[in-house]
Amino acid sequence: MSLPKPGDRDLRLDLFRGLALWLIFLDHIPSNIVNWVTIRNYGFSDATEIFVFISGYTAAFVYGRAMREHGTVIAGARILKRAWQVYVAHIFLFAIYTAEISYVAHSFENPLYHEEMGIFDFLQQPDITLAQAMLLKFKPANMDVLPLYIVLLAGFPPMLWLLLRLPATALGLSVLLYVLTLRFDWNIPAYPNGNWVFNPFAWQMLFVFGAWCALGGAKRLSAVILSPITAGLAALFLAFAFFVVLTWYIPGLDAFVPRWLEDWMYPIDKTNLGMLRFLHFLSLAVLTVRVVPRDWPGLRSRWLRPAIVCGQHSLEIFCLGVFLSFAAHFAMVEINQGIGMQIAMSLLGIVIMIATAALISWYKGIEGRSPRSRPGPPGATLVGGGV
Amino acid sequence: MRPIVIALLCASCASAAVYAGVAAAKEGNECIVAAGSVAPDFGMPHVARAIAKKKLDIAVIGSASSELTGPAGTNIAYPTWLEETLRSLLPGVTVKVTTYARPRETASEMEAKLARIISESKPALVVWQTGTADAIRGVDPEDFRVALDDGVDKLRASDADVVFMNMQYSPRTEAMLAVTAYADAMRIVALKREAVLFDRFTIMRRWNESGVFDLYGATRTTNIAERVHDCLGRLLADVVVAGAKLAPVVSRGTE
Repeated sequence: MSLPKPGDRDLRLDLFRGLALWLIFLDHIPSNIVNWVTIRNYGFSDATEIFVFISGYTAAFVYGRAMREHGTVIAGARILKRAWQVYVAHIFLFAIYTAEISYVAHSFENPLYHEEMGIFDFLQQPDITLAQAMLLKFKPANMDVLPLYIVLLAGFPPMLWLLLRLPATALGLSVLLYVLTLRFDWNIPAYPNGNWVFNPFAWQMLFVFGAWCALGGAKRLSAVILSPITAGLAALFLAFAFFVVLTWYIPGLDAFVPRWLEDWMYPIDKTNLGMLRFLHFLSLAVLTVRVVPRDWPGLRSRWLRPAIVCGQHSLEIFCLGVFLSFAAHFAMVEINQGIGMQIAMSLLGIVIMIATAALISWYKGIEGRSPRSRPGPPGATLVGGGV
Repeated sequence: MRPIVIALLCASCASAAVYAGVAAAKEGNECIVAAGSVAPDFGMPHVARAIAKKKLDIAVIGSASSELTGPAGTNIAYPTWLEETLRSLLPGVTVKVTTYARPRETASEMEAKLARIISESKPALVVWQTGTADAIRGVDPEDFRVALDDGVDKLRASDADVVFMNMQYSPRTEAMLAVTAYADAMRIVALKREAVLFDRFTIMRRWNESGVFDLYGATRTTNIAERVHDCLGRLLADVVVAGAKLAPVVSRGTE
């Protein structure tokens, strides 16, 4: 099987992951008018799908080569080291979150919000909460993606081993796990209630599918992906999804959706990566690949450079984005919540993400670890392409 | 609120304007801002029938945000204002609002006691306030949706209309409490089952945006809370009256 050459890094991956990071940041700022632009308002799937798929793709791209060149053990050890880094990043974010929420709990009192103050209850029992957070069972709002990624990485070494030998079998096993998960309701329990918001047993399918595509699957499917029939079907499906989303907001429009379709379609499950979400993501991907070919000159233009740089340092920028969305909300509450402020905070956040990504690139450059200066064994940037 | 809603609200402006006019004429100044967003999407045939029979019993099921006790120990929460306003809007009708609110109760816990409430107070209308407790306790949104669905079944079987009331808009805690999945579930169940959604979240958010109420200021007094509940109760009363009027026209499937 032919693995991609080190030099063929597909800039589209960085570009779209960078864009997904911006969208996730925007979506995490509550009551933000700029959320208008994010794709979740126009169809079933959202930036999370893009993110998980590309993460699987790049993980296979980077560690697949490492596994072939340095062996299963070394590549597996690198993947687990990466999972550990993501875990540390998650705990760091949790510390920031706890600091913010403790501040609010102490400074805010209003009888109107007696009920909402219930979210501060966990501060009363740090013994339990902190342990549950470290076990990844207690996950505050908007902090569900990194735990998913940790589990996906932790389980990835044997899957990668199999993908390199029997790709079809590996993909088949992944689909089987997805089907069994839906059938038997497997998930990881959360604290204090319920299950993980992103079920790793279901979402692994998208991650493995991304990995499979990176290891030659995309090439095998290229006739299907580039056929006009597929593109037509994808466009139809996107139009259908858009119409269905409209019926969620306009009373009366619902009458045009037949009962049997509703019964079959709902609920559109985010926790378990519902099939409609998966298909919606595939449709977006198929059309994107058509519109933006790999050698598209625009990928080298400086206008797309900011998104690409963010996509190349995705773990750092993801964490920064979660922090910035807390901070933006905090600033909006403390200073001003007007539309002007919402737009300013959204833009400022993205600028900070770009500046930080550029700074990280610069650091890696002076340490001689830039992806351009050392394309051989995976440098931190490529491995860092994980999230 | 999802941005797309803002775009699409314009589409429903025509119908909303009718009720906005009605509300603006009746409300005190502070509540008006939200009036455009409180037009009921569906009729309330059971309420209409109860009004015709001159006896309207309403049950409010909810959690802590349906209760509010003032300094004098009196109940100053929205159910009280709902009852008072309905009495003045519906002269000659005996209106009784009974509140079944328990702090931290989730939708499925509420659903489990619906049968008892129905047999106790035989309401023509159940106002079902929920979502916040489920979000705080991290209940699976799908379980939440199923509880709402089952609850609507029970209420319809007992000849009661349903108004869902979603969570409060709470700017201070908004980034820490992920309510979107629960708010979406409530909106979708309401649309699919032709029940009215009283969008407390959007209403309160507009008050906050337009400066009617300062919802992020810290205070120990109940002044703002009382005024907010007063407005909510009055707007809810408008929705009930408008829903009853709407009933003969849009009662498909609810009879």
